Amino acid sequence: MKLFEFEAKEILRKYGIATPSGNIVTNSNQAEAVAKEIGKPVVIKTQILVSGRGKAGGIIFADDPAKAQKVASKLIGSTIKDCLVRSLLVEEKLNIAQQFYASVSIDRQARKYVVLASTEGGVDIEKTALAFPQRIARYWVDPATGFSEHNVKSMIAKFDNISKGDIAKFAAIIGTLYKVATDYDAEVVEINPLAKTDSGEFIAADARIIIDDNALFRHPEFQESLRVDDTPREAEARKQKLAYVDLAGDIGIIGNGAGLMMATVDLVNLFGGRPANFLDIGGGAQAEVIKRGVMLVMSKPEVKAVLINILGGITRCDIVAQGIVAASNEMPIKKPIAVRMIGTKEEEGIQILRQAGIHSYSNMEEAIREVLTL
Amino acid sequence: MSIIIDKPSRVVVQGITGNEGRFHTEAMRRYGTKIVAGATPGKGGQQVQDIPVYNTVFEAVKNHGVDTTIVFVPARFARSAIFEAIDAGIKTVVVITELIPQKDAIEFIDKADKSGNVIIVGPNTPGIINPSLRMHVGVMPAHVFKPGVVGIASRSGTLTYEIAWHITNAGLGQSTCIGIGGDAIVGLDFIKVLEMLKDDEETKGVVLIGEIGGNAEELAAQFIKEANYPKPVVAYIAGRLAPPGKRMGHAGAIIMGSSGTAKSKIDAFARVGVPVAEKPSDIPKLLAR
Repeated sequence: MKLFEFEAKEILRKYGIATPSGNIVTNSNQAEAVAKEIGKPVVIKTQILVSGRGKAGGIIFADDPAKAQKVASKLIGSTIKDCLVRSLLVEEKLNIAQQFYASVSIDRQARKYVVLASTEGGVDIEKTALAFPQRIARYWVDPATGFSEHNVKSMIAKFDNISKGDIAKFAAIIGTLYKVATDYDAEVVEINPLAKTDSGEFIAADARIIIDDNALFRHPEFQESLRVDDTPREAEARKQKLAYVDLAGDIGIIGNGAGLMMATVDLVNLFGGRPANFLDIGGGAQAEVIKRGVMLVMSKPEVKAVLINILGGITRCDIVAQGIVAASNEMPIKKPIAVRMIGTKEEEGIQILRQAGIHSYSNMEEAIREVLTL
Repeated sequence: MSIIIDKPSRVVVQGITGNEGRFHTEAMRRYGTKIVAGATPGKGGQQVQDIPVYNTVFEAVKNHGVDTTIVFVPARFARSAIFEAIDAGIKTVVVITELIPQKDAIEFIDKADKSGNVIIVGPNTPGIINPSLRMHVGVMPAHVFKPGVVGIASRSGTLTYEIAWHITNAGLGQSTCIGIGGDAIVGLDFIKVLEMLKDDEETKGVVLIGEIGGNAEELAAQFIKEANYPKPVVAYIAGRLAPPGKRMGHAGAIIMGSSGTAKSKIDAFARVGVPVAEKPSDIPKLLAR
């Protein structure tokens, strides 16, 4: 789960990392008031969960409170990179002497947390890796023994553009980030840029935290529903605990298992169809869940026909068939269905479908060809 | 011959008293797997289908000499269950549980690595099956598989069954099928499975079933080239149409920025001469070549 910048900065402050003075606002009068309180030029930053907001016009400087008010009234309620802007972070504009970069993230390949530190901040770290490879340090943290500030210090001391006095300060901030990452089960904790001001202070000018969805049970303070950039139907599915994704076409797709679902979507596309959405009923789904899922997929106006692809292992075909029949009985508008169903309790399932006038195939490619003619 | 599991493997089921644990214990046993004990804290002394249940894996090891565990324990307790299994001397840990926090997976995989010789399969794996030995430590629909010559390593469950079904129908059958798991952090990876299948006499060809997210497929392609891999390999990649940033069901199946795309993986295999099937049904043909 992605946190908003202001939430990430709240966490950093709790751990003693300085952030620019400022506040979160939801209307232009508040923005003016915060700018007045700061008493200096400010930066106004839209709180959205996609990257690249600066280039898209989502970060604007204002020299005085009146200008801040004007900027805020334009930004609030606007849409930036397809995200509705609901809140803004109004902060003092920093006088930056040097920009650093620091992050702690999960390295899938190494299966460890990896620390990235650089004296080239403010740009994409991948660009830095190409332009200034000698100014990036990478350090994989041993999960059992934990973070070693000593290791990090000796790595960043090798940079050619870091002053002696900054080495310890920078290393301490990186150590704190590792603590944040592990305390919050983060996939990513990043400060970019980490600004060194004219007065020599280190301040997190921007911050990003992504928390591992699987660990949210350990962090109940984060309400999932408030932040995800779901479509309305995806949000409804999430409420019902269904794994549903909206796409742009006109064929609804339902199946069991993530890999088979993705393969089905790909094949529909390969055969010239355009998937409208897909729903993964998971393993061992009950008839009621399947009914709700089929109805959800069908209820999208763009869907003109539905393909159901089931390979029953833990999932029982008879139960899936019951769910399909119940859904098609309850739907006010009938939409054609093509079914592929094999595996556990296959004969019983086929029988239930046949009685409801629905034919089922054993080969998924045949079912896809069928759905494309409907 | 076989890899990871073998005829003498003696299996304990962690979480045997739960619904899933019970159901799959029966299925695995029916297939031929030697399930000799179960472990659930606080349920010691009970029996599940006449299999003795212990409070700890230590007792199961002591009384039955188990060397393999299959874990159905709920996600929030999985880390400590797997730590216990490793401490008790278990050598193969098959983690069926999904939704395990990544930090926990990092910790138990690290512990397994440091303990030497401990293999973690998963998490979020459908397990392993060897049809000729009739050994199954997992949750796969066993009737889809037939003894044969094709080794399969996959990040998916049902898509593995789909592809195995085509291989079975083509009369080739499977030597060993391994689900490496659908999570971002998994223990056993494609490269280790390729290494094992290389020396497995039963296996004449290998199918790798990958999907979007991460770079496991790219690394496997590189390994195949560098090792001058001696057996034919065919790949399938799911998620060609996946939009960036959306989690496609599996926790590991997400495109971040420009990395993890299906195209990157397909290109990586193509560069090293590994044919990538457009459809699951094309795989037997590509293998036969």
